[in-house]
Amino acid sequence: MLIIVLLISISLTIAIIFLAAFVWSMRSGQFDDTYGPSVRMLFDDKKKKHTPTPKDA
Amino acid sequence: METLVAQKAACYHCGQPCEEDAFKVDEKDFCCFGCKMVYEILSENNLCEYYTFDKNPGITLRHIPEATFSYLDEVAIRRQLLEFDSAAFARVRFYVPNIHCISCIWLLENLQKLQPGVLKSEVNFSGKTVRIDYNPELVSLGKLANVLASLGYAPRVNLTKESRPVAPASRQLVVKLAIAGFAFGNIMLLSFPEYLGLNESDVTLQRLFSWLNLAIALPVTFYSGQEYFTNAWKSFRQRQINIDVPIAVGLLALLLRSTVDIATQSGPGYFDSLTGLVFFLLIGRWFQSKTYDSLAFDRDYKSYFPLAIQRWAHGEWRAAVVYDLEPQDLIRVRNMEIVPADSILKSSVAFFDYSFVTGESKPVKAGAGELVYAGGKLIGQPVELVVQKKTAQSQLTSLWNEAAFQKSNESVYKKIIDRAARRFTWIVLALALATGVFWFYYDTANMWLVLTSVLMVACPCALALATPFTYGNMLRVFGRHGFYLKNADVIERIASVNALVFDKTGTVTHGASTITFNGVLSPQEMGWIKSMVATSTHPLSALLAKQIVEKSDAAVTDLKEIPGKGIQAVIGGKHIRLGSAAFTGHEAHPATATRVFVTIDGLARGYFEIETLIRPEVKTLVTRLGNKVKALVSGDQPTEASRMRSVFAQPVQLLFNQSPHDKMNFISNLQQQNYKVMMVGDGLNDSGALQQSDVGVAVTDDTGVFTPASDGILAGPMLGQLDSFLRLAKKSTLILKTGFAISFFYNAIALSVAMSGFLTPLIAAILMPISSISVVGFTTLAVNWVARKEFKLNP
Repeated sequence: MLIIVLLISISLTIAIIFLAAFVWSMRSGQFDDTYGPSVRMLFDDKKKKHTPTPKDA
Repeated sequence: METLVAQKAACYHCGQPCEEDAFKVDEKDFCCFGCKMVYEILSENNLCEYYTFDKNPGITLRHIPEATFSYLDEVAIRRQLLEFDSAAFARVRFYVPNIHCISCIWLLENLQKLQPGVLKSEVNFSGKTVRIDYNPELVSLGKLANVLASLGYAPRVNLTKESRPVAPASRQLVVKLAIAGFAFGNIMLLSFPEYLGLNESDVTLQRLFSWLNLAIALPVTFYSGQEYFTNAWKSFRQRQINIDVPIAVGLLALLLRSTVDIATQSGPGYFDSLTGLVFFLLIGRWFQSKTYDSLAFDRDYKSYFPLAIQRWAHGEWRAAVVYDLEPQDLIRVRNMEIVPADSILKSSVAFFDYSFVTGESKPVKAGAGELVYAGGKLIGQPVELVVQKKTAQSQLTSLWNEAAFQKSNESVYKKIIDRAARRFTWIVLALALATGVFWFYYDTANMWLVLTSVLMVACPCALALATPFTYGNMLRVFGRHGFYLKNADVIERIASVNALVFDKTGTVTHGASTITFNGVLSPQEMGWIKSMVATSTHPLSALLAKQIVEKSDAAVTDLKEIPGKGIQAVIGGKHIRLGSAAFTGHEAHPATATRVFVTIDGLARGYFEIETLIRPEVKTLVTRLGNKVKALVSGDQPTEASRMRSVFAQPVQLLFNQSPHDKMNFISNLQQQNYKVMMVGDGLNDSGALQQSDVGVAVTDDTGVFTPASDGILAGPMLGQLDSFLRLAKKSTLILKTGFAISFFYNAIALSVAMSGFLTPLIAAILMPISSISVVGFTTLAVNWVARKEFKLNP
């Protein structure tokens, strides 16, 4: 009996922590732009080199 | 990337087919001067990586009107736009509708390499905004906007709503949804003993679970479901009944009954039903807002005016907000700027393009002392004007104001959902009353239990879901096929349309033209003329340059463009003049179409006749629409009456020389004859008519052009499908009503169970989600099936 009460309180606490984490991430704007960051990390920092040779046309 | 040199090379910058190879840099083709220029700016600054992320990522500068953003430097405007301002650091967020691909993000975030003074820029792709941190000592706000515009990323500045940040309201909705979903899941878990009938074994545990359920359900009711209560209260105070009233009553009944059940230990409560209900309702609302967001377009007409104009004050020219202009103010209008208010011309001569007002793109000449109307765009040299009326009173704004503020026709419509909700609420109340009376005499002890059961299951969750899912899905279908609607209510109004009125310019006729040359010119001479017109920005020159196939390498010298008359130049030793009959020394004849005359070395050689092209699909469309088509209205001369008659057969009225006001009156006349009118037009010259009509549709061949008064924007090539859209709108109303019927069916079952006093929490927990899910499923599937059938022939 007691063990069930304990388990339930633990599971609820964990669930509420995750809910709170989600609410926080939502409020802090992490879901405002779901596309930009995924491509931004792929941009290379450009070296200082003067060779403007994009591929053929 | 293969180098296929086909007949038409694609522009390296924007990917559009190049009409000619006049613009060639570094072995790359460009369709226009603007694209070439952007490429050169980028390659000079070593930013050609732009072209490696996406193929032809650029935005063509062909259709983007030239605009100057220097007015942003005016202190009042600056303060309104900046998010943060100090001596050496400022932050601004621009709304840039043209952001569309990875390359855009990359370029805009490398702005600091292009423009000294920019510290950092960050793109929000979903919101299409770019946030720029910059040093105001090194670069001004206006300069910044001009740099963006020169790259094809002109910001849309809108002072009434400022730049648009991500709406916090939609964030809040997601949080509410998350909490409801969390609670729904957990309460179902904690109700498992209940579902499986294990309640005899351990009563204390069951009681604990019940109280936990109550604790979890409270935030759902009062935070997630808050809006239903406030909306219900609002509509209650206005003595109206909308769909939120029965929902709020249902939620309240569920909460109170469950709490009482638990407190008196007479049952486990209905918290799973309650939270599930709120969860499904919020999903519907979220889906609705998602659909609207993706289709949202700015209805604010003010963004069309360049918001400031140069005014003479304190001994110098200063930018002033157009709405601050007073009569007798001296203003200066530059090339391509719009005259903001009715004014008298001070300079000796000027040319104005009234295509915003009349649809005619031929510039109109005005002399000193003449009254110039608001909305005219100056072509050529800067001129000075004396303001006569405040901007808000002038002709054009009064038309727009009329349009913008009298949305009478929108409020007249009682939405189907509201009508249904009212009927529904009264039925439920009557049933509850009858049940209460019956049980009062039959079994008084159980009267309150049965009464609350009735109110609980009557909660029209499925009813509330039917509308957003039917219309939301239909909006998506329309959007996929090039018809963008302002909101879902428009579909309802389209369904009721029984009269159509077409505008001519840009709607029935397409911007492109057929050009015939009457006279004799050698291919070489034709080439010379092409070289000549290519140097001019005049609309007729642009059309000619596009149409003439012959080319010439001969140098163009002594080029001179006389605004309103024509161009003259020396090519290959020949003196060539192009333009009006008087300018070129031709005899003037009454013409039926626009003509451009050619003179070489003083000899009249003939003229180009330029005729607008009728969209080929219009004729069959008109036939299919049959007697719904009522009229064609046009601001132009009746030179093309016979051609139009061949498209619009006899009963259709053909009206020419119609001012924007005439068009509007025509529509309201039709409405007085009890017609529901759809106006199909192209732009601002019929904005009053678009607004007056029950459904205003703007046809555009470039979705970047936005018409504020319209209810929907139809992509030009899709005009031929207009009848399909009309049919689909009718069918969506049918689907919606079927959805209502399904919802009522479930409600009838649940109500009969509740009224007979057999409603257990388990039955409620099963019935309520099933009704919601089946309504959502039915409407979604039905809409997609109907749409697929409609567009099967021409997807």
